[in-house]
Amino acid sequence: MNQMGHNISLTERARRIRRYALRMGEVQGQGYIAQALGVADVLAVSYFHATNYQPNDPEWEGRDRFLLSIGHYAIALYAALIEAKILPEDELETYGTDDSRLPMSGMAAYTPGMEITGGSLGHGLGIGVGMALALKRKKSSSFVYNLFSDGELNEGSTWEAAMSAGSYKLDNLIGIVDVNQMQADGPSIGVLNFEPLGPKFEAFGWFVQRIDGNDIDALVKAFDAARNHDEAKPRIIICDTKMAKGVPFLEARDRNHFLRVESHEWSEAIRVIDEGVEE
Amino acid sequence: MKRSKYIRPAHLENGADKPRLTTSAMIASIAGPDQPTRPAPFGNTLAALAQKDDRIVGMSADLAKYTDLHVFRAAHPDRFYQMGMAEQLLMMSAAGMAREGFQPWVTTYAVFASRRAYDFICLAIAEEMLDVKIVCALPGLTTGYGPSHQATEDLAMFRGMPNLTIIDPCDASEIEQAVPVIAAHKGPVYMRLLRGNVPVVLEEYGYKFELGKAKLVRDGRDTLIISSGLMTMRALEAAKQLEKDGVDAAVLHVPTIKPLDEETIIAECRKGGRLVVVAENHTVIGGLGEAVAGVLMRAGVAPPAFRQIGLPDEFLEAGALPTLHDQYGLSTIKVTEAIKNWLST
Repeated sequence: MNQMGHNISLTERARRIRRYALRMGEVQGQGYIAQALGVADVLAVSYFHATNYQPNDPEWEGRDRFLLSIGHYAIALYAALIEAKILPEDELETYGTDDSRLPMSGMAAYTPGMEITGGSLGHGLGIGVGMALALKRKKSSSFVYNLFSDGELNEGSTWEAAMSAGSYKLDNLIGIVDVNQMQADGPSIGVLNFEPLGPKFEAFGWFVQRIDGNDIDALVKAFDAARNHDEAKPRIIICDTKMAKGVPFLEARDRNHFLRVESHEWSEAIRVIDEGVEE
Repeated sequence: MKRSKYIRPAHLENGADKPRLTTSAMIASIAGPDQPTRPAPFGNTLAALAQKDDRIVGMSADLAKYTDLHVFRAAHPDRFYQMGMAEQLLMMSAAGMAREGFQPWVTTYAVFASRRAYDFICLAIAEEMLDVKIVCALPGLTTGYGPSHQATEDLAMFRGMPNLTIIDPCDASEIEQAVPVIAAHKGPVYMRLLRGNVPVVLEEYGYKFELGKAKLVRDGRDTLIISSGLMTMRALEAAKQLEKDGVDAAVLHVPTIKPLDEETIIAECRKGGRLVVVAENHTVIGGLGEAVAGVLMRAGVAPPAFRQIGLPDEFLEAGALPTLHDQYGLSTIKVTEAIKNWLST
């Protein structure tokens, strides 16, 4: 894995990712902050345990490809990229402003470290299939990660890609589904029931793990298993996460897909994160 | 659609002559009975080009056989990817391939690429300026299977997509020339495909394909026909018929629909007081005709008259292709008649 910062714990990485995300959220005053807080542990383990990259060369050929299919989670990925030193910290104050490299929805052309343009949901897994096929053609040992959301399970294109990955036995493709149970119109299961999810992917020929996506130890074990599994199958880690994880007063808000946070609450949220009150 | 499914065929009811033509195969040939043709110009050219270019891979959505990509597959089996009948996946995975430095040539029918996979071509490929070549059979009215297979509005849809280059070739010789040029061009391309035994039309005119260039294939004083795709073949045949009646027709072939060669179109339309006719295998909405009209309006060029030959704003009928081309005005005889009528009024 990457050689940087082994003296910093993954829990601390996750805390810093949440903190950067909150600081970006404050720039806008609202946004997809609940998703960012929820997925921070997944990103901490992805970027500081399970992904090879070189911070000063985001297009290094030997890197693992980390695709963000969910464009509006860009705030979370920018936070991880800042912590990974792929992006400079002082740019977070430009989040979503004019002339920024950090637009509200992630785009490959704007941001170093952003592999694809997400946002039209249901694209990432299929692009990942193509990249995984291409890496095999190049005899590369790199992995392709695709981070997508439970909402994207509504898109038929996700299942076209799932079937194809199983058919091609893409053991270099690792899907990460953030199941935070919240979509634009309300709780995910109520929008379109995708359960039982694990058996669906198993039936499509995937090696499936389902874990608590806010449990660092479980994430480490799952990523290790995904990378080292010996069957010729694509791998999926289904991560059940909690929206706004780590800031109890934001966790408690329902309908938090696009969260409004009062101006005085940002510093309070950061204080909660800093003090580790959630523990 | 004007017919009623509760009215039986006329000849079964009143002893009228039984229609002789049948729809036959899905991809009916557009070649005339005595016309020279060459087989699978796209598949053969791509297979040969791939010998020299390692970047090239072929991908299809269960239609390699009907897009001539089976020729490539036979020549380079390890470089062909069967993506299944999943056009969204076809475009997404091609984007992934291109991101990793390969040049995917993806094939399906034009209806599926345009109507079903538009978002994936737009965001995953065109917005990223990825080097993906999308080659699609059954453009416009080239099958008698009805609206499910007739891509009558593909150009209208794709013209609105930034970054995308659009090619509508006329014949086998043009496809053979265009494939290596498209491969050398960096960026996404949509090419309308003529497949199977494709007519050879342009060689007798000494025509050479250049990306982004319209070419005057034949000059004439009375009318200027601006055309693309198989309608250039029809325009050239009509010009020969018109010549017998003393009408001198010029034919400007516009194989690159986007970016459009505005300079040549404006220059030709400024010459003389010629009737300008745009002929296209496409709905009259949003295709070459309206593109040319826009160019002329913006340039302040007003020919004595401007007319469009193209498909009506309707879902078209099923049937035999020659019947349909007569019915919708794309056949040589209908093109010839239309131009004679316009010139006489």
